[in-house]
Amino acid sequence: MSAAETLASSVRADAPPAILLERVNKWFGALHVLRDVSMQVAAGERVVVCGPSGSGKSTLIRCINRLEEHQEGRIVVDGIELTDDLRSLDAIRREVGMVFQSFNLFPHLTILENCTLAPIWVRKMPKKQAEELAMELLTRVRIPEQAHKYPGQLSGGQQQRVAIARALCMQPKIMLFDEPTSALDPEMIKEVLDVMVELAATGMTMICVTHEMGFARQVADRVVFMDRGEIVEQGTPQEIFGNPKTDRLRLFLSQILRGH
Amino acid sequence: MNETAAPTAAHSALSAPRRGPAQGGKAVAWMRENLFSSWWSTAVTLALAYLLIRYAASFIDWAFVKAIWSVPTGANGLPDTTSCRDNPGGACWAVIAEKHRFILFGTYPYEEHWRPMLVCCLFVGLYIVSAMRRFWNWRIVPIWLVTLTLIGILMWGGVFGLSYVPQERWGGLPITLILATFGLAFAFPLAILVALGRRSRLPAIKAICVLYVELIRGVPLISLLFMASVMFPLFLPEGMNIDKLLRAQIAIILFAGAYLAEVVRGGLQALPKGQYEAADALGLSYWKKTLLVVLPQALRIVIPPLVNTFIGFFKDTSLVLIIGIFDLLTAGKTAFMEPHWQAFGVEVYVVLGIIYFIFCFAMSKYSAGLEAELNRHRRR
Ligand SMILES: Nc1ncnc2c1ncn2[C@@H]1O[C@H](COP(=O)(O)OP(=O)(O)O)[C@@H](O)[C@H]1O
Ligand SMILES: [Mg+2]
Repeated sequence: MSAAETLASSVRADAPPAILLERVNKWFGALHVLRDVSMQVAAGERVVVCGPSGSGKSTLIRCINRLEEHQEGRIVVDGIELTDDLRSLDAIRREVGMVFQSFNLFPHLTILENCTLAPIWVRKMPKKQAEELAMELLTRVRIPEQAHKYPGQLSGGQQQRVAIARALCMQPKIMLFDEPTSALDPEMIKEVLDVMVELAATGMTMICVTHEMGFARQVADRVVFMDRGEIVEQGTPQEIFGNPKTDRLRLFLSQILRGH
Repeated sequence: MNETAAPTAAHSALSAPRRGPAQGGKAVAWMRENLFSSWWSTAVTLALAYLLIRYAASFIDWAFVKAIWSVPTGANGLPDTTSCRDNPGGACWAVIAEKHRFILFGTYPYEEHWRPMLVCCLFVGLYIVSAMRRFWNWRIVPIWLVTLTLIGILMWGGVFGLSYVPQERWGGLPITLILATFGLAFAFPLAILVALGRRSRLPAIKAICVLYVELIRGVPLISLLFMASVMFPLFLPEGMNIDKLLRAQIAIILFAGAYLAEVVRGGLQALPKGQYEAADALGLSYWKKTLLVVLPQALRIVIPPLVNTFIGFFKDTSLVLIIGIFDLLTAGKTAFMEPHWQAFGVEVYVVLGIIYFIFCFAMSKYSAGLEAELNRHRRR
């Protein structure tokens, strides 16, 4: 708690935002998934996004590393505007790491190979150096002993920690998490959240879609509540969870509390 | 089964020490379960056993007991096959003894048969080396280039004191191996490109690939071979001519390519979307993503249908006989054309069948092993 608070205060308001979204709109066919979404994330800030299923949370963060293309508005990541230009795309993907709900490890590669693939082929890092880096990060997520196994031989929690290490191996400035613990058995959620809390303490810029309120309270500088493609409310965890202003948020909170 | 067996086992464990099933009893138990479980199953088993034994016995009788292995040379200097003809109940393996070199190497000059022989050995060696995962890296490229150059030198000759043998005289097993090896070696990469192209976002590329696959698949290989041998030369400028073997080879490559492309596409589609997204999110470019993440997984998934198609095409190369190319099957058919051998086609076909079987069975066995090994990572 205290570590997170001191870090929270270290976020500099004058620095250019790490992520800037201006009136972003996105449709899937006729379905309007993002409606005029505007948001700023400062460097080092940790934002938790929550909201009912289908509200556009995944789409929002997938737009930030351009796994999805937005149709209107502006998205600027680390000073680079997301356009059709392929070079800007390359640059963004190097800066932004992503962790998926379903891990998406490469099953035909060992854990170590999963982690070194992108550093070697995208960052052109020598193999040995990439392996050292990967082992360092695997140690950080506390599974260095699994390095030579295949993903299929690991538990869900272990796989998700590998996925985090794999993303970190690209030494990104920003990390996106899309419900990283939703596919996990309850007893494995904590091991993944612990790793994420530690990562937050290093000052990494993070956007994390999650319903883990404990995690949000502990690390989030800001909680963003989305519903039906809109940002309905945002504020500190205390404001959002303790003092919801809209009916939609109150309804959502009562639902996830009942769920727990 | 196990659940119901467990309580009884627990009960008996209280009264008497548990015994494992007796070794000898296993076979009996298996037979009782699989062959004699009911009167109906027993009847079928007995009927099939009767047929099996009867036909196996008469085959052994034909192939070995009553068979004639060699024939004397007649007064006219030709083999005298009367003993064979007077023996309709037995095989006449003398035709193989007499004609095996013609069957294997066709009309290739007799004194030079060591050359196609060596070529066949080189091909087999090439298959074995290519099958070893140790060589699945850049080293395989020079190995193939050197082997294929050697094969070309041996077949054509004209250098290093080897006499020149024109392509019209090549025949038999080397032709089959050349058509199959080059056919699949070129068709496979082509198929991968076409399969990727069919999933391309660029409409032009996609349309070309769809058109290619649908056109080729809609036509039998025979007509494609005819087109290659008869129509294709008409389109070429006067005086320019691509030889018959190469034309057949191209037809086979195009045909195999279309079928393999669909197999590969199946593998691409079976891959979860998350794999593409993870590769994208890591910043891998299209080709790196395809080569490092997508294809290694997609191809593993389709090993069984891929090998199925390979085996099919190995045998389909025999269709070139209709445009007069002298492959193994054509050589075999020609071998018993002479009047005194005419009655003994079955023996030749049995031997041809065995040769094809050896190659196809080896492929099938190898693929089963490869599949097990490559998919090890899926096991928990
Ligand atoms: N690729 C897609 N094609 C069409 N509709 C989609 C696609 N991805 C998501 N959607 C739809 O967009 C809406 C928002 O989805 P998503 O961003 O995944 O929501 P969340 O992550 O908040 O549950 C949902 O209604 C979903 O069905
Ligand atoms: Mg989602």
